[in-house]
Amino acid sequence: MSTIEREVKNRPLPDLGPGVTVETDPEDDELMIVNMGPQHPSTHGVLRLVVELNGENVMKAVPHIGYLHTGLEKTMESMTYYKALTITDREDYLSNLMNNLAYSLAVEKLMDVEVPPRAQRLRVILNELERIASHLLWLGTHALDIGAMTLFFYCWRERDQILDMKEMLSGVRMMTSWICPGGLRGDAPAGWFYKVQKFVDGFPKKLDEYNKLVSKNPIWVERLSGIGVISAKDAIAWGMSGPSLRGSGVAWDIRKANPYCGYEEFQFDIPVGKNGDVYDRFLCRMEELKQSHRILVQALKNIPGGPVITEDRKMAPPPRAELDTSMESLIHHFKLFTEGYRPPIGEAYGVVESARGEKGYYIYSDGGNLPYRVKIKGPSFNNLQALPEMIKGLMIADTVAVIGSIDIVLGDIDR
Amino acid sequence: MVDFDVRLGLTPADLALRELQIRRPAEYVPLNPDDSPELRVIQANFPDDIVSSRLFRGEKTIVVKKTNIVAICKLLYQSPETNYNYLSDMTAVDRLKFMKDDEPRFEIVYNIYSMGTFQRFRLKAQVSEDDQTIDTVESVWPNANWVEREIFDMFGITFNNHTDLRRILMADDWIGHPLRKDYPLGGEEVEFTYNVRGK
Repeated sequence: MSTIEREVKNRPLPDLGPGVTVETDPEDDELMIVNMGPQHPSTHGVLRLVVELNGENVMKAVPHIGYLHTGLEKTMESMTYYKALTITDREDYLSNLMNNLAYSLAVEKLMDVEVPPRAQRLRVILNELERIASHLLWLGTHALDIGAMTLFFYCWRERDQILDMKEMLSGVRMMTSWICPGGLRGDAPAGWFYKVQKFVDGFPKKLDEYNKLVSKNPIWVERLSGIGVISAKDAIAWGMSGPSLRGSGVAWDIRKANPYCGYEEFQFDIPVGKNGDVYDRFLCRMEELKQSHRILVQALKNIPGGPVITEDRKMAPPPRAELDTSMESLIHHFKLFTEGYRPPIGEAYGVVESARGEKGYYIYSDGGNLPYRVKIKGPSFNNLQALPEMIKGLMIADTVAVIGSIDIVLGDIDR
Repeated sequence: MVDFDVRLGLTPADLALRELQIRRPAEYVPLNPDDSPELRVIQANFPDDIVSSRLFRGEKTIVVKKTNIVAICKLLYQSPETNYNYLSDMTAVDRLKFMKDDEPRFEIVYNIYSMGTFQRFRLKAQVSEDDQTIDTVESVWPNANWVEREIFDMFGITFNNHTDLRRILMADDWIGHPLRKDYPLGGEEVEFTYNVRGK
């Protein structure tokens, strides 16, 4: 019996807030409460996890969230539909364009407008690039959590190229708001497709590099297999989605099940796992990188021409050149940026498959120019909810690996 | 101390402004039982509970009373026709600003999905201001636990029989429920010479 453990036993338990019940056995020296986070490098943001340990084994874990709550839903209620778009970028900050798209789909459904084919295709390209960028960040940080540092720098190198593309497109590297209700803010600049094509051509080689580094690496495989297991039935019951759900063997991908933006035109597979452990979720995401690349290759061929935003002037701002000559355009421009547009009374749910799972925007319109109520469905929220189930009985060090494997973004959870 | 019960949204000036606003008329199409197994199932078992139904932009919605909400949810889950086995999302709407006097104030929105047929469906339960409680559906979909906590946190609606009902996003000692429409939007007035009081 070491002195340190005795100290732990005699110290009064810290006040962990309501809801955290601690069942301690006075005879058991080993039981200990550890507070992980909110400031902890492996929690991917500000997640606080109160874990009850018996030796090194996790007996119980209680996640505490809300440290990043900024009231985005309330803020959106006081902005016009067009302005509220900028808020969606700031929510799940690693898949901004997917948030834009989910919100835009909901608003387009409310307004009942058609999006031109060129915009649809560009949306697919942007979304798949975003998925690659998000998965690369996940791969790098997941490896970093576990202790493999090299991969992080490789992933960052490729992710930076995608951020460069976004910068070339919009002038902003992350919060672009480029996908807007009605289409896109603007067309791709000259040379943009060349840049994307160059990246797409070189990507399989890079992917092989990552796979060589970790996927078959015995240390990596040994570290990840068999931990954080969740069955398909439990995963559905806990509302998990995305690669975290597919790792358990449920082939559910919204791009296939309820296609949007013309995803039905492309050929790609849904990778699913067998065992539902951390390694399967890892393999699913690695395969998804490959499938995203496959979609990109198809999407970059025969891109339709034409406008990238709807012609409906009640919803889309007129081109700058028109303002000098057309009185009507000037009025539309003024009305759009002051008052905005008014969808009819009703509600709509726009949903996309984001890098983390089902990302949805539920918009309730009262007929006014401001969204009456917006509910953001964040996939990380449900994925995190299943975490205590997954890490029960594991070692404390495995907790870090399991958190990495569900790829949570706290901005998505706390909103 | 701010009185959080003040209905800031219903000042006469605000009401007059809203009257002036021109709204696009809403197309109101009720659900057809032939196209909607959900409506058939609920009609067969709880005919008195259905308040209204609507088909809007291809999305099906049924509004029900809250008394048998758990039984209705269980029915939608277990019935082979519907089989909604996945609770995608759940939220509430505070209809304070445009409800009529006899209408209930809150709506609990269940956004449910079927992994078998890939169909999405929206069930809404009405909660009145006098009795701000509803039964929990944790027994049907376990992941309702956290979303119900969020609704309690943001709207102050209590869930009966919930296993762990406490705030989730806001701090434990927070006063008020932020997403209610009568929750005052904060912000401090900028002090100028004309509005400095008692200084």
